[in-house]
Amino acid sequence: MSKRKKKRLILRISILTVLIAAVAYTLYSTLTDEEKTLVKAGDNAPDFVLTDLDGKQHRLSDYEGQGVFLNFWGTWCKPCEKEMPYMESQYHEFKDQGVQTIAVNVGESDFQVRNFAEKYNLSFPVVRDAQRDVYDAYSIGTLPTTLLISPEGEVVDVVKGEMTEETIASYMEQIKP
Amino acid sequence: MNEITCKCGHVNPEGTELCLSCGRALTADAETKKTSDVMRYEGMARRSQTYKMSVIDKVWNFFSSVKVGVWLIFITLAASAIGTIFPQVIFIPPLEPPEVYYEDRYGFAGKIYYVLGFHDLYNSWWYLLLIAAIGTSIIIASLDRVVPLYKALKNQRVNRHVSFMKRQRVFTEYTVQQPAEKVIASIGDNLKKRRYRIREEDGHLLAEKGRFARWGPYVNHTGLIIFLIGGMLRFVPGMYVDEVLWIREGDTMPIPGTKQEYFLKNDGFTAEQYTAEEDSEVFGETINRVGAIAKNFQTDATLLKREEGTAIGDESKLTEVESHPIQVNQPFKFDNFALYQVDYRQDEIRSMSFDMVNKETEEALGSFEVDLFQPEDEYKLDDEHRVELMNFYPDFSGFEDGEPQTASPVPNNPAFLFKLYSPEKPDGEVAFIAIQESLEPLGENEFALKFSGIETRDVSGLTVRKDLTLWILGLGGAIFMIGVIQGAYWNHRRLWLKRTEDGKLLAAGHTNKNWFGLRKDLEYAFNGTGLAQPKDHMEENLNKKASGDVKEEKNNDTTS
Repeated sequence: MSKRKKKRLILRISILTVLIAAVAYTLYSTLTDEEKTLVKAGDNAPDFVLTDLDGKQHRLSDYEGQGVFLNFWGTWCKPCEKEMPYMESQYHEFKDQGVQTIAVNVGESDFQVRNFAEKYNLSFPVVRDAQRDVYDAYSIGTLPTTLLISPEGEVVDVVKGEMTEETIASYMEQIKP
Repeated sequence: MNEITCKCGHVNPEGTELCLSCGRALTADAETKKTSDVMRYEGMARRSQTYKMSVIDKVWNFFSSVKVGVWLIFITLAASAIGTIFPQVIFIPPLEPPEVYYEDRYGFAGKIYYVLGFHDLYNSWWYLLLIAAIGTSIIIASLDRVVPLYKALKNQRVNRHVSFMKRQRVFTEYTVQQPAEKVIASIGDNLKKRRYRIREEDGHLLAEKGRFARWGPYVNHTGLIIFLIGGMLRFVPGMYVDEVLWIREGDTMPIPGTKQEYFLKNDGFTAEQYTAEEDSEVFGETINRVGAIAKNFQTDATLLKREEGTAIGDESKLTEVESHPIQVNQPFKFDNFALYQVDYRQDEIRSMSFDMVNKETEEALGSFEVDLFQPEDEYKLDDEHRVELMNFYPDFSGFEDGEPQTASPVPNNPAFLFKLYSPEKPDGEVAFIAIQESLEPLGENEFALKFSGIETRDVSGLTVRKDLTLWILGLGGAIFMIGVIQGAYWNHRRLWLKRTEDGKLLAAGHTNKNWFGLRKDLEYAFNGTGLAQPKDHMEENLNKKASGDVKEEKNNDTTS
């Protein structure tokens, strides 16, 4: 092959490579558009501070070294209501093994959340995200959604929808330190 | 065979149609082709038509073909047209799942439409691939043509072979009496006045003007490619945001797309209409005819910024940045973001007031107000009467196992479970109150609650928009237009003058478009030389056919 042709081949390969890369990137981002903004498994869980019903502040990073079972819920949401007692019993099971449970209520009044917590005798921290700030940051979408956060602060899994007592137990097992 | 040696001795690359040096036709094919087709790229070999092909070359050649490009554009056009037959997914009712909607509504055709991705055309992978293929075709086809064309025009010789000149549309052979140098010089001088560039070699002449017009299509394609790059950049995180924010009056909410950095407070929403009294002069008649006419939709908003280093959820560290009204087409702009007023919901219930009355005597014992977004446990009416709120159902949807249910957290249909305490009933009486529904689940009560008032507020629907690609799209569009103008309003005109050894003078002219303009230039140039201007043979033929009816040249022989 002559020098000129070799040069031409290299030029063609590089131009085609750039074009293919651009197209691949565009296709990839279009097809994953929905998930792009989502906090997902493998991400670092964004830090947040929320206040519970007793006025105590809970900062996610304060629980480093413990697994965090982070549940987003609403009082009006039936599946959330159903899984609450399971979470309560598993919370007692796992809290001494280093798994913390935090239930984040999305956008409801103190009255409704308190009423609900009293009805189900919830003893884990129930915090209110009144302005949907954390809900937005985690781009939650539908309720209930539960994030499993490792002791290192990494999201292990995002669970959408209702959980049974067994699955809750197995999830908590996953994030034990 | 890799090269073609011309009779004049010049060695041309394979695929060349006209000798790069003298302009002789090199192939039988080029000999028979229409001159305008051969001249489009100056008879140069397209870079890709040649040598042994590897896979890379095959791919390259595929995209280099204009025929392929035209097909790609045609297919894309057809797909886009099909995409308008049924509504795109963003226009179907928001709560209907598209996988069900299309089949339900349009039957089997709708199902196919959905499965093939026509319902969300701009995001379906094959449509994007088509656009990408068009982009690739534009780049490769342009590169393959502009480089040889540039070389051919840059290196063109003054002295062309007789056969080249004879093939031109404008050509005449003169027998001159006076010295040929004088005629050539005179024509050259005349054309200089018409701003032609003149080159002379061994007594031959080449006059040329507007070569720049030949780059028009390539400038245009560069603009297109920049435009496509701009479109592609929208997919890069941080370049483009298009979100919706519903915000109630009085509320403060994070602005989506700002990574929880900015918050917006809704200070109030106004919807105004023109009134027949105040604006009677302009709108009176129309108002009488069609009813209300909207005047203004406005959200007064305050922008807040979260202090740096503050954790999400901490609402104590928000600092006010700016207050600004948002009206239709008058967005609130900040930090590359713009907030547009696009929608509203009026009169969402915010709070409800009740009177406690003695059922028998109808004596009013006091009133209280329940803020639906901040209900309290207990409302004291006076020292003796109080009402305890046992439960609240913002969107009451009926009973299930005797328990009131709520369908959503939005106060569309608020219902309450109260306990009324009075000196007569120190243990309390339970009352369930919903709109147009009042129950006393635990037996007949002595006291009752009556709705006495309602307070509402509006909800603003805003669009959050950020687009850092706009200037790239603008730049691409501008370059695109420059290319169009360059190619459309300038013409590449050339005149060759050649002296033959037997004392004849040959004149040939060529332009890529606007032959009339070339003829006018030549008329001016040959004025005073004693020679008639060179003949346009195509024009002559046309005139013959149209029998005296003078016609402009046909458009299909323009070469660009």
